[in-house]
Amino acid sequence: MENPAFVHHALVLSLVLFALGTLGVFLRRNVITVLMCVELMLNGVNLAFIAFSRAAGTLDGQVLVFFVMVVAAAEAAVGLAIVIALHRHRDTLDIDAFNVMKG
Amino acid sequence: MMDAAVFYAFAALAVLSALVVIAQRNPFYSAFALIVTLCSLSVIFALLGSPFIAVLQVIVYAGAIMVLFLFVIMLLNVRREDAGKGGARTMGGIATGLVVLLVLEAGTVLLRLQPGPAPGFDASTRKMAQVLFSPQFLYVFEATSILILAALVGAVALAKKEP
Repeated sequence: MENPAFVHHALVLSLVLFALGTLGVFLRRNVITVLMCVELMLNGVNLAFIAFSRAAGTLDGQVLVFFVMVVAAAEAAVGLAIVIALHRHRDTLDIDAFNVMKG
Repeated sequence: MMDAAVFYAFAALAVLSALVVIAQRNPFYSAFALIVTLCSLSVIFALLGSPFIAVLQVIVYAGAIMVLFLFVIMLLNVRREDAGKGGARTMGGIATGLVVLLVLEAGTVLLRLQPGPAPGFDASTRKMAQVLFSPQFLYVFEATSILILAALVGAVALAKKEP
């Protein structure tokens, strides 16, 4: 079906996306943007799973991507609910404002 | 030849929009750039021979999850974040160094690996369904529905107004 270099280059792309996501988690100070950068990292991992599944010729990687997507959806729902609760308590979304465990 | 042009065009688009996601101070524009990244990744999934995951990527990620993000951004009326203070800058510098190290290390491994595609690969929706509902994954698959239910109840409980 395709160019044999695709698998290798997809892995490089997944590395770049994961690195950009990690960088965003450290550099951004808005809680919602940090959550979006986590989604970016998850997508880099998904791409690596798909590329390795293509290289190995089995479907296990594809099934794993399916489960990662389910967990990402659950994580986004719970994470955004926590963001809404935090915004109600502190009236800000700056990550530096949330530095104590006690509400 | 055509395949390669589409692959590299969408790979470049994914990297550029991912850069916008982390460079943008306004989360609203970050969310839109992330939608572009997710859609171009879906094209790359399709080119790697995984049509089922490609469609799922658009429906679940770009559709459901990102709509949730945009909904919360508009609900909370998020403002632009302002420039970081001294402490945040040092933190960012250290993080950048660590990420560069990660890229160098994983990049050298990848350069040595150079994997190619296996012959006779079939990830059609029919095949995916057979694997997902095989005894190997059936119980895990059913467990995800409980996970989704728990997340649903948890999200409602967390976000509801306290009396």
